[in-house]
Amino acid sequence: MFDTSLTLNDVWFMLKGAGVTLAVTAFAVTGGTVLGLLFGVIRSQVRPWITLPLIFVLDIFRSVPLLIQLILANALQAIAGFQISPFVTSCIVLALYTSAYCTEIVRGAIEAVPKVTRRAARSLGMTWGQDMTQIVFPMALRVGLPSWIGLTLGVMKDSALILWLGLIELLRASQILVTRLQEPMFILLVAGAIYFALSFPIARFGAHLERRWQEND
Amino acid sequence: MFNYTFQWRQAFRALPEMLDGALVTLQIAVLSMLIGMTFAVILAVARNSASRWLRAPATAWVEVARNTPALFQIYMAHFGLGSFGIYLSPFAALLAGIAFNNAGYLSETFRGALRAIPDTQIRAGRSLGMGQAQAFRLIVMPQMLRISFLPTMNQTVWAILMTSLGVTVGMNTDLAGVTQDLNARSFRTFEFFALAAVIYYVIAKAVMLASRLAAWRMFRY
Amino acid sequence: MIEIENVHKSFGALEVLKGIDLTVEKGEVVSVIGGSGSGKSTLLTCINGLEPINTGRIVVDGTEVHAASTDLNRLRRKIGIVFQQFNAFPHLTVLENVTLALRKVLGKSRGEAEEIAARQLGHVGLGDKLKVYPGRLSGGQQQRMAIARALAMSPDYILFDEVTSALDPQLVGEVLDTLKLLAEEGMTMICVTHEMNFARDVSHRVAFFHKGVMAEIGAPDQIFGAPERPETREFLSNVR
Repeated sequence: MFDTSLTLNDVWFMLKGAGVTLAVTAFAVTGGTVLGLLFGVIRSQVRPWITLPLIFVLDIFRSVPLLIQLILANALQAIAGFQISPFVTSCIVLALYTSAYCTEIVRGAIEAVPKVTRRAARSLGMTWGQDMTQIVFPMALRVGLPSWIGLTLGVMKDSALILWLGLIELLRASQILVTRLQEPMFILLVAGAIYFALSFPIARFGAHLERRWQEND
Repeated sequence: MFNYTFQWRQAFRALPEMLDGALVTLQIAVLSMLIGMTFAVILAVARNSASRWLRAPATAWVEVARNTPALFQIYMAHFGLGSFGIYLSPFAALLAGIAFNNAGYLSETFRGALRAIPDTQIRAGRSLGMGQAQAFRLIVMPQMLRISFLPTMNQTVWAILMTSLGVTVGMNTDLAGVTQDLNARSFRTFEFFALAAVIYYVIAKAVMLASRLAAWRMFRY
Repeated sequence: MIEIENVHKSFGALEVLKGIDLTVEKGEVVSVIGGSGSGKSTLLTCINGLEPINTGRIVVDGTEVHAASTDLNRLRRKIGIVFQQFNAFPHLTVLENVTLALRKVLGKSRGEAEEIAARQLGHVGLGDKLKVYPGRLSGGQQQRMAIARALAMSPDYILFDEVTSALDPQLVGEVLDTLKLLAEEGMTMICVTHEMNFARDVSHRVAFFHKGVMAEIGAPDQIFGAPERPETREFLSNVR
C-alpha cells in the first residue's frame, strides 16, 4: 500500500485543496457567526410572532440539502448576471447556512441565562446594554462555545460539497489524483487523514471545554 | 438584470418523476437509519466494554464518522473500495456511506442515553430472574430508545439531506439524481432544483412533525 | 432454608463481610440491624448471587448459590429482593412492571400474568393504580409496587434491603404495614432495616452486624431488652 506513485508535488496539490477548504470555512464561519449573533439576539429578545419570517427563512437553510442550496445560488447568480465567482458564491451560501445554526446556538445560550440573574443585574441599575455585555454574554458564551466549535467543524466538513461548483478543495483535489494515479484507497486515506487531523483535536478540545464548564456549575 | 424567463410549467410537468425520486430518497434514508441504528447499538456496547480489542475499532469508527465529511465517507465506499476490487453501485455506496455516518453519530447518542440509565435497573431485572441480555433487551433498551428518540429522528432528517450527495457518485434515481438528470436535459437548473428544494423541505418537516406526534403518542410516562 | 457458612466478601482491599454464619428457617422472619458500612446490605446481594463471595458458602434449599453449576436465573426466581431505591421500570405501567418477569421469565400468558399481578397489587393496596406509570406514584407507592413485583414471582424467600430508608417519614408506615402483613402470612423474610420498632414487633430473630461481623443474634426481646455485647448496647442507645 505504501508502494505509491503519489509524489510530493501531488501532496502539495492536496494541501492547497485543504487551503481552499479552510479559506471557505473561515469566511463562512466569520460571516455566519456575525449574522447568527445578530439574529440570535433578535430571536431571544423579540416576540416570536414578529420574528416569524426570520424563523421561517433560517429554517429553510436547515431543511434543504446544502448541495441543493449551492446549486440554486449558483444558478440564481448566473440568471441575475451577477458574475460572482463560484468561490464567493460558496462562501455566501455557507455563511447563510452557518448563520441558521448559529442563530439557534446563540438563542439557546442566551435563554439559558437565568431570568433572576438578569433581573438582579437590572435591579443594580444596569442598562439593557450593560446587562447584555456584562452579564448575559459572558454567561452565554460558556453554554454556546462548545456547540459553536461543533458547528465550525461541521461547516468545514460540509464545505466539501463546493466541489460541485468546480472548486478544487481537498476532496476534489484527491478525486483528481485518484483519476490520474488509480490508487483510490491510498489517496482517499491521505485526504481523510488531513480532514481528521484538522477536525479531531478541535473536537476533543470542545468536548473538554464542555466537560470542564459543566463540572464548575 | 433578469432577462431570463422562468419556465415553471416544465418543472411541474416533471413533478411525478421527481416524486418517484423522492420515494427512493426516503427508501435510502430509512434503510440507512435501520442499518445505522443496528451498528450504533453494537458500537455503543463495544465502546463501553472492558476489552480493548472491542473498544479500539469501535472508537475508530465513531471518530472517523464524526471527523470526516459525509461525502468523503461516500467516496470511500464508491472509489476507495475499488482498490480491493470491490465496486459498489452508486446506490450501495451511498447507502453504505450514510449508514456508516449514522452509526457513528447515533452510537454517541445511544451511549449518552445508556449512561443516563442507572445500573440498578439491570440489577432489578436480574433479581427477578432475568439473564443479562434479557434484562438489557427488556429494561434498558426501551428506556434508551425513549431518551434517544428525538435525537434519532434528527439524524433521520440528516440522513434524508445526505442522500442528495449520491448525485456526486452518479446516483440518478433519488430526488437529487432525478433532478440533475432533468437539469442535464433541459438546462432549467433553477426551476428544477427549486422544486426539489421544496420537496426536500416538505419531507424534512413532515418527518419532524410525525416524530413529535409519535413521541407524544408513544411515551406517556 | 438459607444456610450461610463462614462467608467472606471484599470489595478490593476493603473486607465488608468477615466470616458470617447464619441459618434462616422456612417461615422465619430475621431482621438485620447495624450501622452503615456494617456489611448487612452486602449480605443480601450475596444471598441471591448478585454479588460473588470470596470464601465460604451460601446454600439455599440445598443449592449452593455461588457454585459454577448453579443456574442463578432459576435460583433467583425463588429468592425475591426489594431494594432501597425502588428500581421501578419507568417505561412500564404499574401492571406491566409486575407482569414483565411473569411473562418473560416464567413464561406465563398475558392473561394469567395480569391476573396474578392485579391480585398482588391489590394486596399491597395499589389495585386502583394498575394503568399508571411509576413516575406518577409517591415513593411509598413505588416501593409497594416493587414489593408486589417481587411477590408475584411467588418466591420462597424475600430479602428486604432498607426498603424504607429512601422514603419520606410520613410514607414509611404504609410500607412497613405491607411487610407486617407478609410476615403474618408466614413468608420467609430477611429484612435489613433501620426501623427498630419494626424489627422488635415483627421478627422472630434479630441479628446485629458490626464492622463485617455478626456481633449478636437472638430473640427481639433479648436483643432490645438485654443485649449481651457492648457494641450492641452502644448502637441501640444511639438509635433510640
